[in-house]
Amino acid sequence: MSKGEIVLGALAPHPPHVVYAENPDQNEPVSEGGWETLRWGYHRLARKLETIDYDVMVVFTPHWQTYVGTHFLGVPGFSSKSVDPVFPNIFRYNYDLEVDVDLSEAMCKAASDAGLITRMMRNPDFRVDYGTITSCHMMNPRWDKPIITISSNRNTHYYSPEVMIEQALALGKACRTAIEESGKKVVLVSSHSLSHRHFVTESPLPEDMSKEHIYNHSQYVWDMALIDLFRQGKMREAIDIMPEFTEQTIAETEGGGLVWMMGAMGMPDYPAEIYGYQSVIGTGNCIAAWVPQSDKREIVL
Amino acid sequence: MDHDIIQFGLYVPPHPHPLLSPGASEGYQRLRDAFDTCRERIENSDADLIIVYSTTWPSIIGHQFQANPNSEWVHVDDDFHYLGSMPYSFTMDSVFAEACVEKAQERGLQARTVNYDAFPIDTGSITALSLLNPDNRIPATIVSSNMYANRSETIVLGKAIRDALTEEKRKAVVVVVSSLSNRMFTEPIDPSEDRIHSQKDDDWNRKILEFFEDGRLEDLSQLSREIHGQIRVQKVVAYKPAWWMASIMGQHNNYDGEVLAYEALNGSGGAVIQLTPSAGSIGDKEFDEDDVEYYRGDRNVLDQGGV
Ligand SMILES: [Fe+2]
Repeated sequence: MSKGEIVLGALAPHPPHVVYAENPDQNEPVSEGGWETLRWGYHRLARKLETIDYDVMVVFTPHWQTYVGTHFLGVPGFSSKSVDPVFPNIFRYNYDLEVDVDLSEAMCKAASDAGLITRMMRNPDFRVDYGTITSCHMMNPRWDKPIITISSNRNTHYYSPEVMIEQALALGKACRTAIEESGKKVVLVSSHSLSHRHFVTESPLPEDMSKEHIYNHSQYVWDMALIDLFRQGKMREAIDIMPEFTEQTIAETEGGGLVWMMGAMGMPDYPAEIYGYQSVIGTGNCIAAWVPQSDKREIVL
Repeated sequence: MDHDIIQFGLYVPPHPHPLLSPGASEGYQRLRDAFDTCRERIENSDADLIIVYSTTWPSIIGHQFQANPNSEWVHVDDDFHYLGSMPYSFTMDSVFAEACVEKAQERGLQARTVNYDAFPIDTGSITALSLLNPDNRIPATIVSSNMYANRSETIVLGKAIRDALTEEKRKAVVVVVSSLSNRMFTEPIDPSEDRIHSQKDDDWNRKILEFFEDGRLEDLSQLSREIHGQIRVQKVVAYKPAWWMASIMGQHNNYDGEVLAYEALNGSGGAVIQLTPSAGSIGDKEFDEDDVEYYRGDRNVLDQGGV
């Protein structure tokens, strides 16, 4: 068996608004569109993924929040309806997905061997979180590959951003070990926004783009500072400023997704592919991808 | 003031153990027994409505009220999924939920009802309603906890729901779903060895329970920021349950308080507490700040204290 590898890692924000705007059959509410800059970026990334050979998508989500360790999906398939508790008016999505339980178990074990607290999630009634569903739908709307979801352990709140970073890096390294031993080709997905201050009101038409803008200029400047480091391939520096970025913009990076992915990918020192940046209900969202194989890497935007 | 509109208030923990695994420890069983006692007390009261304020249902777009007349699904907790599934079927009072939205908007709040098939009702609300009102004998509504709301917004929310109760001439039991100290153990524990995470958390919890037992709800409301700093993991901007509970029940200290149980739930402070509005004890308790409607000069706390 050849050595498994990570073929691409994506920062894939999951505001349910982008799925709502797409009007897929699976989602009940109907929209007039909206947030095209993000959606077109996702379409571009989805087209690229169709040219890449991979076996499974591994998603780290901040919307499966666990306090007692890190949990991994451990049921072969889930079929249910996901209703967003915060935006139920725009996201009621019927899903039917497959899980790569073998790799999930292997990552869980590797993380446990590395000293992290872990648990497999074996309850078939469990509802997969809307972050996972949104990111996966936008990256692979055909849902023809199995997925794995990893929960986000709430270290930032329980301890500090620094503790979160230590643990997320260790988790990433453990996942990489398991992936390499599995022989599989894997796409990693860090499912979250950057700056994360929301408006607390909503337009009568949520997709009214004349009302959409970043919550404030400070959020925007911070987001751009981070994206600039992505472009330059300075991920060590990006992780170094993560505690301050997270605090200043109450960023969704607090869950640890991007840090986990960078840990798994060995802290890339090459430029990220940038697919788009747009605000959604005030939050800052960037789609970016890191591609280890240099001949597959592009300048997108 | 018409005390009948609030029959009594309950403060209960959000974790599912009393529902799913009461036999796993003596402490969980004591919490379960306390829930059962409260269920009987609701049955023996004149309440025709249960209003749940759940700290495990966060919202962003203002304040959401559950209004699906038959809220049905099978829920699984994010952390404690191995304890089992939580099927539920709750009767919600959609008319009252609409009234709450109207009153909240009149008081300047952003609010809406939610009425969607398969809406994911949170662990805390499911645990509370399953144990307190198992046969849907009376309808309920659940109100979310806005993640950005601070004191004034939370207090106005409580007042708005009270407005709706008054106008609709309802008699309610209000249920706050929240831990006291909320730091859990981050490693698996044997339930029989569950204990409060730290001595400090336990000390503070017991001080809060003293206040509850003395009926000093407004004092707890005034202490909310201190409680948040001392024993709450900083997940949200503030410790809001006492603000909401005081504002809906009445911002004073004239309650009969009873702590039915206090136990650890994976390290967090879980208590079942009842507060009943009382006509007595006016003047023997002090609180720091009035809720002023008309300025009559500085207040002498020894002379006042009533509603
Ligand atoms: Fe999110």
